[in-house]
Amino acid sequence: MAGSDRFSFRRAFAVMVKEFLQLRRDKSTLHMIVAMPILQLLLFGYALNTDPHHLPAAMLVADHGSFSRSFVAALKNSDYFDVSREAQSEEEAERLLRQGHVQFIVSVPAGFSRDLVRGDHPQILIEADATDPVATAGALGAVNGALQRVIDHELRGSLAALKQDQPPASVVLHRRYNPEGLTKFNIVPGLIAIILTMTGIMMTALAITRERERGTMENLLAMPVRPLEVMMGKIAPYVLIGYLQSFIIVAVAKFLFAVPLVGSLWLLSLALFVFIACNMAWGFTLSASAQNQTEAMQMSMMVTMPSIMLSGFLFPFAGMPLWARIIGDTMPATHFIRISRGVLLKSIDFADMWVDLWPMLAFLVFITLLAMKRYRRTLD
Amino acid sequence: MNGETRAIDVRRLTKKFGDKIAVDHVDIAVPRGKIYGFLGPNGSGKTTTMRMICGLLTPDDGEGTCLGFDIRTQAAEIKRRIGYMTQRFSYWEDLTIRENLKFVATIYGLDRIDARVDDALASLGLTDRAAQLAGELSGGWKQRMALAACILHEPELLLLDEPTAGVDPKARREFWDEIHRLAARGITILVSTHYMDEAERCHAIIYMAYGHVVTQGSVKDVLKGAGLDTWVVKGPGLIALMHELEKEPAVATVAPFGDSLHVSGTDPAALAATVEKYRTREGYSWQKSEPSFEDVFIRYMSATADTAGRNINGR
Repeated sequence: MAGSDRFSFRRAFAVMVKEFLQLRRDKSTLHMIVAMPILQLLLFGYALNTDPHHLPAAMLVADHGSFSRSFVAALKNSDYFDVSREAQSEEEAERLLRQGHVQFIVSVPAGFSRDLVRGDHPQILIEADATDPVATAGALGAVNGALQRVIDHELRGSLAALKQDQPPASVVLHRRYNPEGLTKFNIVPGLIAIILTMTGIMMTALAITRERERGTMENLLAMPVRPLEVMMGKIAPYVLIGYLQSFIIVAVAKFLFAVPLVGSLWLLSLALFVFIACNMAWGFTLSASAQNQTEAMQMSMMVTMPSIMLSGFLFPFAGMPLWARIIGDTMPATHFIRISRGVLLKSIDFADMWVDLWPMLAFLVFITLLAMKRYRRTLD
Repeated sequence: MNGETRAIDVRRLTKKFGDKIAVDHVDIAVPRGKIYGFLGPNGSGKTTTMRMICGLLTPDDGEGTCLGFDIRTQAAEIKRRIGYMTQRFSYWEDLTIRENLKFVATIYGLDRIDARVDDALASLGLTDRAAQLAGELSGGWKQRMALAACILHEPELLLLDEPTAGVDPKARREFWDEIHRLAARGITILVSTHYMDEAERCHAIIYMAYGHVVTQGSVKDVLKGAGLDTWVVKGPGLIALMHELEKEPAVATVAPFGDSLHVSGTDPAALAATVEKYRTREGYSWQKSEPSFEDVFIRYMSATADTAGRNINGR
């Protein structure tokens, strides 16, 4: 009898079973849980296309020698570019790029063939619309490849000597509008964090406010169940859901988009557990102050937004101003993105991971204490 | 248990919501094993008082015990021993009846859960509906289910907040038969209601209005305590007559009941004199009568409305 107010796994388990039963009958939430990661991935998937094809390009050829003709033919044959325009002047090429008709301008300077044969190392210039950095990332390679084939093919006999020393010609890439590009693989590991933040915080916040809105909270409060038991029972099903969503994301990334997964999935699972728990506890804390589901929804959007903006998902973290980095560092999403990028792409070990794991653990402890404080055991 | 003879014993219980005093220095004592009716108009503080007794609200002032446990510090002990049925249906509508009962049984840490749930379903005639979602039940069946869930852990005290609101007369009758069976087993019951016939089925009643307890005691005492004399008048144009009578100083309340008016006053002689004035009128029949519960409460309600109205205006 004296122990009636101690933590009971049995009661927490009862809350969890109840939550599962309710979730099973909540078709729209179930659909959201599965559809959201797939939909987001497919949407982002085309932006993180690791091997873009047929990007529109304009040629600006001022040289009419045989090398230039072969080079243009080689570019047209590559499936990286779709050479849709032949610009007559620099102004025209500039306009095509600015207005978005083409993504690239490939300029072959006057006297290119002559300079090449003379051994003057002429340059081919690519101007890229780098507002879509993923798309432009492969351009340099593609142009170099075409050039190399032309050189191999054309420089024969007496001209073969030109291949001996430095490359006889080179390609220069100008990234326009966005001089630094994001790497494409940043997206998938980051997306795990973003989807889990969005769905995790919202679902838990709603799970509690739903009780309040439907009047069942009064009943729950009148029963001998402790706040921590309610919290654990409510959170447990959503932890499993978080794993399910992460599994979907990783599987789609691997099999549909061929993202290389070099690290240990066990390490990732460990970090996932902490990260999911952080989001759930955060949602639980919000719900303790929300009066109805609309309010809970608005509050979760308020806290999700900085997680997307300041976590390094959208913008390189190192490039953000100090204040933004300080805010970003307090959020679990920031640390989880680093861990998941590290594990999936760089194969970091536990010691490397710890640097970002402990801030998440600290956040978890803090937010759980806050949740317990905010969760009212009365209706006051 | 604890040698305590009172299931509820609270004094000066007070609760404010912002500026509004919902419950103002309320004293309530309910002996064990009795059915107490909790009456009063909407917003009189009945629900708030019940919530303070079972630990759902913290009183701003006052003290007391519920089943011998302090309502301020031992809410956890109280929660395990009482059953509280909320005014609005508060079980999970997307769970079946059986799932709801099993959840409640587990939370209270009961043993033999399946057997207990089966018994509870059978005794309330819910066995056939056990697999139905609670949200699909009609009002009467919902109340039955809520009661079944409330008594699953064999509480010593039941707090029922308007359990029969919106329930048809037959279901109401059956509900009250069940309440009496529970009381016969020694369970104390505090039940709030608006129905006078239900009040008459209680051992005693507590009448609240505007946050105050206006009167409490047995039904007979309350009727007597009101000191009310009532006359029943029948005849044509009763509404016009009612307006006239309301202006008479000796008349405290006038209320229409079907084809008659109940005219009540606190001073028998003055009231009789007033009645004499109207008796001479053609077509009316006057008869002295016992005041009904209804008359008494209408009287209480208007009396407290006056004083409470003054308080509010004075602020």
